[in-house]
Amino acid sequence: MGMNSFQLLNGLTFAALLFIVASGFTLIFGLLRIVNLAHGALYLLGGYLGYSTAIATGSFALGVLAAMLGVALVGLLLDQTLLRFVRGHELRQVLLSLGVALVLNDLALVVWGGDSFTVPTPDLLQGAVPVLDTFYPKYRLFVLATGVVTFIALWLLLNRTRLGALIRAGVDDAEMVEASGVNIRRVFLATFVLGSALAGLGGVMGGAFLALYPSADAEILVFSLAVVVIGGRGSLEGAAIGAVLVGLLNTMGQVWFPELAYFVIFGPMAALLAFRPLGLLGRAV
Amino acid sequence: MKRQLAWLLVLLAAAALPLLLSSYHVDLATRILIFAVLAMSIDVLAGFVGRTSLCHGAIFGVATYVVIWASAKAGWAALPAMAAGVLAATLVAALFGVLAVRTRGVYFLLLTVALGMVVWGVCLRWTTVTGGENGLRGQDMRPALLVARENFYWLVLAVAALCSWGMWRFVNSPFGLSLRGIRDSESRMRALGYNVPLHLFVGFAVSGFFAGVAGAMYAFFNEYVSPTSVAMAQSVAGLLMAIVGGVGTLFGSFIGAAAIILLENTVSWYTDRWQSVLGLVFIFTMIFAPEGILGGLRRLAASKGRTR
Repeated sequence: MGMNSFQLLNGLTFAALLFIVASGFTLIFGLLRIVNLAHGALYLLGGYLGYSTAIATGSFALGVLAAMLGVALVGLLLDQTLLRFVRGHELRQVLLSLGVALVLNDLALVVWGGDSFTVPTPDLLQGAVPVLDTFYPKYRLFVLATGVVTFIALWLLLNRTRLGALIRAGVDDAEMVEASGVNIRRVFLATFVLGSALAGLGGVMGGAFLALYPSADAEILVFSLAVVVIGGRGSLEGAAIGAVLVGLLNTMGQVWFPELAYFVIFGPMAALLAFRPLGLLGRAV
Repeated sequence: MKRQLAWLLVLLAAAALPLLLSSYHVDLATRILIFAVLAMSIDVLAGFVGRTSLCHGAIFGVATYVVIWASAKAGWAALPAMAAGVLAATLVAALFGVLAVRTRGVYFLLLTVALGMVVWGVCLRWTTVTGGENGLRGQDMRPALLVARENFYWLVLAVAALCSWGMWRFVNSPFGLSLRGIRDSESRMRALGYNVPLHLFVGFAVSGFFAGVAGAMYAFFNEYVSPTSVAMAQSVAGLLMAIVGGVGTLFGSFIGAAAIILLENTVSWYTDRWQSVLGLVFIFTMIFAPEGILGGLRRLAASKGRTR
């Protein structure tokens, strides 16, 4: 369908990035019932932190670490301070997170200014390698691999560990989990911190090939929303399917209708919603 | 009768404002009126249908874009340009409504965020029509009679008063009452035989119409539009005005719009960090005063009435 393997790979690497960001979003949404509209701002913050650390230390790995830890810390503070006041009020939580997004974005503008930055990648990941019938940048393949590894790691966490079992149980019925003697607040907190760290990871990963600039947070947020709406609340597999769909559709849109690329993503999303309002793998609660 | 007299007095007082204020403050008052209409259109959905929308800024912006485009690029006169803008906004709202009526609560909000972002994305990227980042600039869009800012203010005041009356009638009509029924219990209304999706669709389209009127007025007021006018921040500001005024109070939107715009105006004197201040206002409102100014006053009055 008019897409060569280079574009296909572009779509898939973008999908991998989207999965990293959206998986954190969907976990928080699914378990805590918080639509964290600050998730995009956390992504951007992670990107900037990673950029500054990578520039200062010359190490990409340290940049990744700093971004994940830094953003996880912000998530921890957010959950323990501001969100404490509005627990149980779905809509107030969302709107509060929106306020947080505005503040974080503005603070980032103060610290890093309005220029666009690209996180420097290590020498090892520079250059291109032959893939299929084309040459493809190593770094983007690395992002693709990171996405796949993240999916496997999260799947194992959710399906093979006690914490994962608690999270899955919490998505289905948090009250019941609490009634059986589990401190669900700690599970909530762990999920929120994990989800934030994933946003930070996404920030560095994306910051190295999409560049970081003041409105990048809104762009990644809306893509993540599309992924979660398509995949269904709280579903890891749904997020993966949604990410691949949105990633490929976005690439197709950019190739065929560069000016209207957004329509190409949201048309199918809207059509899907008409038939499955809860998304592909979403379940009614 | 007493009530109507009170409203007449408020209207007269508002109409007398330009005689007292400097031209700068007349512009400020015009802006407050325009955004109050936007906030009210959001309140129609949030307060009376129980659907919090974050795409009304985009619907507002569509009207602004279309009016300026029709006026500057197609050379239309003011009235047809305005009509085209409102029509376009209503159509966009109807389209969004078709998609959004199936969702509720946080899902509705999420979907409207995404839909609003589509509009923003199109305005940003479709450079041949929208001018991309640079936006569109109109020139001498107002008819000669309305060039003077006092005259324009009076027109906006009249339109805002008409819109307020229209929305008040809408939410208190039998149709509006059934919307409130849906807000309180969707399943009950469905069991009673009401066509819930159709009601929500009409509610959304009507609300979008009024947002479009506000956007079209803004086009003549500002004579310039860029993707910032359709960005989420616009929807956020509109929603915040509705919330600060008091969701479900409708006319609280005037208080909310005045509070936010006057705050913005004051803060801008001291710092460029308006976005942070807006975010902080959001956070504090959500934590301490979720029912807003007028909502809080009403609750106070109600609790006083009970103790007596």
